[in-house]
Amino acid sequence: MQLETRKLGCERDERWLFSDLDWQIGAGELWRIEGPNGSGKTTLLRILSGQMADYTGTLLWQGEPLSRCRETFMASMLYIGHRPGIKRALTALENLDWYQAMSAVKEGGARARRDACFQALEAVGLAGFEETPVESLSAGQQRRVALARLALGHQWLWILDEPFTAIDHDGVRQLEAWMTAHCRAGGSVVVTSHHDSGELSPASGVLRNLRFDGLGGVHVDR
Amino acid sequence: MTAERTATDRIAGPLPGLWQGFSATLSRDCRLRFRRRSELANPLIFFALIVTLFPLGLAPDSTLLSSIAPGLLWVAALLSVLLSLDGLFRDDFDDGTLEQLLLAPQPTGILVLARIVAHWLTTGLPLALISPLLAVMLSLPGHSMDVLMLTLLLGSATLSLIGAIGAALTVGLRRGGVLLSLLILPLYTPVLIFGAGTVRLAIEGAPVAPWLALMGAMLALSLLAAPWAAAAALKLSLDG
Repeated sequence: MQLETRKLGCERDERWLFSDLDWQIGAGELWRIEGPNGSGKTTLLRILSGQMADYTGTLLWQGEPLSRCRETFMASMLYIGHRPGIKRALTALENLDWYQAMSAVKEGGARARRDACFQALEAVGLAGFEETPVESLSAGQQRRVALARLALGHQWLWILDEPFTAIDHDGVRQLEAWMTAHCRAGGSVVVTSHHDSGELSPASGVLRNLRFDGLGGVHVDR
Repeated sequence: MTAERTATDRIAGPLPGLWQGFSATLSRDCRLRFRRRSELANPLIFFALIVTLFPLGLAPDSTLLSSIAPGLLWVAALLSVLLSLDGLFRDDFDDGTLEQLLLAPQPTGILVLARIVAHWLTTGLPLALISPLLAVMLSLPGHSMDVLMLTLLLGSATLSLIGAIGAALTVGLRRGGVLLSLLILPLYTPVLIFGAGTVRLAIEGAPVAPWLALMGAMLALSLLAAPWAAAAALKLSLDG
């Protein structure tokens, strides 16, 4: 049960961001992607999440090429990018309810969906802001609405691109604790981040690093 | 809290439903459009403005007006739909919800169809509903009102569907408005010709059923092809 890359490479503007990348993301692994700006971290995450077709090599999900199992892969993968994917005119609850409807199987209908959304918003510290339009929330709170999707807990693989932007210190610690717990429960996380609160330490036993050296080389530390 | 469920639970569970995804997207989109009242009213006001200005610019001669009314109403409706198209995917592209729409496990074509239906419900449908009011101003004969509404209902849905392809192709461009018009106007002309032609025939009292059937066929064809073409275009626009 893993996402695997074989000889993965991507060329942008006549420059190889990475090439011949053999990498396996297994259950219970938390991968932190490090590297200087512009070295291709976001591009790698976009390829991994199936959004970009412009690459060489193969991507395998549970041993099958990604193109052949798109539906199951998308159902078990959660991607949060630079753009949070939150509608500013809708309330936090309405935003989350859409995601819940898109990913969850009917269990008790709309009411159960709403309850799950309430709980998730409470988990990210937005209790009391459920019915507030997102545009009147602060930048950090808007980000938290997007991150509340993690608390809905449907997906096995989390791909997070700079999830800590605009999040306060306590929030970062809480998120890192969630990631660790997610991996301990058998999930996997791929994350790029320039923040470090120390919560994600090698001592947790789940952390692994993938380093871009900015010169076209990628180093996988097991 | 996410640790409560095990990973195997999440993988073994059945896939989320097609209908649930469609209806959730449709209701979210409609709600979103009703939150932005000014954008909702824009095409309608534009439509009403064009149609009311024409009798003022031309002579208020009822025979002249009724002879140009079918074409005028149809051109005005077409331009109103065109005006509203640029925003079909633009906001979603900017705030990242488009990215998430394409990442949903449901087939993208179905979800795009939900967006197009929401667009039609808030643009084409109201246009068709207010058209008899404006047609009276152009002294369109009473017996052709129902045909006018019917052609606008069928035609505007076709326009929304075809327009979505253009909107999807130009969503990644900063100023895609002009290009969008150039891209889809050639595809709009058959709808315009058949729409206005049907109303003209109805005024003369000729049978219109075959023409309406042809418009229905155009709608059916674009209903089959347009959502998938738009979905593919969106993937292209976001890939890069």
